[in-house]
Amino acid sequence: MPKILVDDREIEAEEGSTLLQACLNNDIYIPNLCYVEGMQYPSSSCRMCFVEIKGQDKPVAACVVTVRENMVVKTETETVRRLQRSALRLLLSVHRVDCKNCQANKKCELQRIAKFLKIGLKPKKLEQYLKEPEIVQEHPCLDYYPNRCVLCGKCLYVCRKQHGQSVLTFAKRGFETIISFYGQDDESKFECEGCTVCVDICPVGALIMRDL
Amino acid sequence: MKAVCSQKGWKVDQERLKEERAILKQIARKFTNFEKKRQGLIPILQMVQEELSYLSAEALNMVAGYLEISKNEIYGVATFYNQFRFQPPGKHPIKVCLGTACHVRAGDIILENFERKLKICDGETSDDREFSLERVACVGCCALAPVAVIGETVHGHMAPSKVEGLILRIEIEKEMQAREKQKNESGQS
Repeated sequence: MPKILVDDREIEAEEGSTLLQACLNNDIYIPNLCYVEGMQYPSSSCRMCFVEIKGQDKPVAACVVTVRENMVVKTETETVRRLQRSALRLLLSVHRVDCKNCQANKKCELQRIAKFLKIGLKPKKLEQYLKEPEIVQEHPCLDYYPNRCVLCGKCLYVCRKQHGQSVLTFAKRGFETIISFYGQDDESKFECEGCTVCVDICPVGALIMRDL
Repeated sequence: MKAVCSQKGWKVDQERLKEERAILKQIARKFTNFEKKRQGLIPILQMVQEELSYLSAEALNMVAGYLEISKNEIYGVATFYNQFRFQPPGKHPIKVCLGTACHVRAGDIILENFERKLKICDGETSDDREFSLERVACVGCCALAPVAVIGETVHGHMAPSKVEGLILRIEIEKEMQAREKQKNESGQS
């Protein structure tokens, strides 16, 4: 078991585990949105889990680094925090901040990270850019809120893991990217009934089971 | 204000539908030219669009069936690329230039006028498949900015007031052709 030094604390990591996982297992919190335990190829798309590793001149995403013996890691340097804050601000600039009316209120990962990084939920410097419509109800039993979604892709991952093929997919591009259920007719209701993995994994309440 | 955008079914005449079905059959035969591999997805989609001039839901189903990939995955790939369209081109494709010169001369207002007049957004096709609207970046006659291209005809120095006239002219021409046809038919009988 490799021993690594994180923020001057020695921790023991599991052989072959990712740095992010090792830190989380040892109660060292690194903000993250798109990582699921056991992922073989983390997408590292949320750009949140930055850390600085001794010997590397730039911060790296902790979810794609495998632990090595005697690694020296810093998780709370100024450079790292600056990157994380801008990433979060960008996410919030395309997010409908309406926590009162959101099912994820108080268990929302964005709220948690904002609190952790000490920034407000309504960043002033960036223009808000919201999508239309507010709710997409193309799936027979799931509601999708494009303006809450952080496009972490965890729902796709768990769905594919559960069913072999994902009911959800990313569609379009850039600011217009959304999660789509294209081709899901009433048949998929059968498949989706009783399964809530995507709803449970969603960090922000962008996927909600519709009350039927 | 933006025109209301919506996905819809087109009122298409039976002739066109038959034609499309024939093209789909042809496409099914062409599938065999491609390997049954994930990597083949984009070339196959390009072939389908070349034949059908857009990607219809049935066509996507056929591709999904052939490659044994889920429909939504194909949709995800196809929507990522600008080269794929999901709406059939209209009989009179309208291209509004938003290149630098046209942008400076307020090409976006021209586009907005077309959108409002035709009640479709850019990239969409009107219900009767007469018009489709598209934004392009430079058609190569910046001196005439702002420019719109309807079919093959370039209309320079566009103004919001000209939009309605252009569409009206096409509609009148269509009406006249229909009347002439009727006249000929009644004259023959």
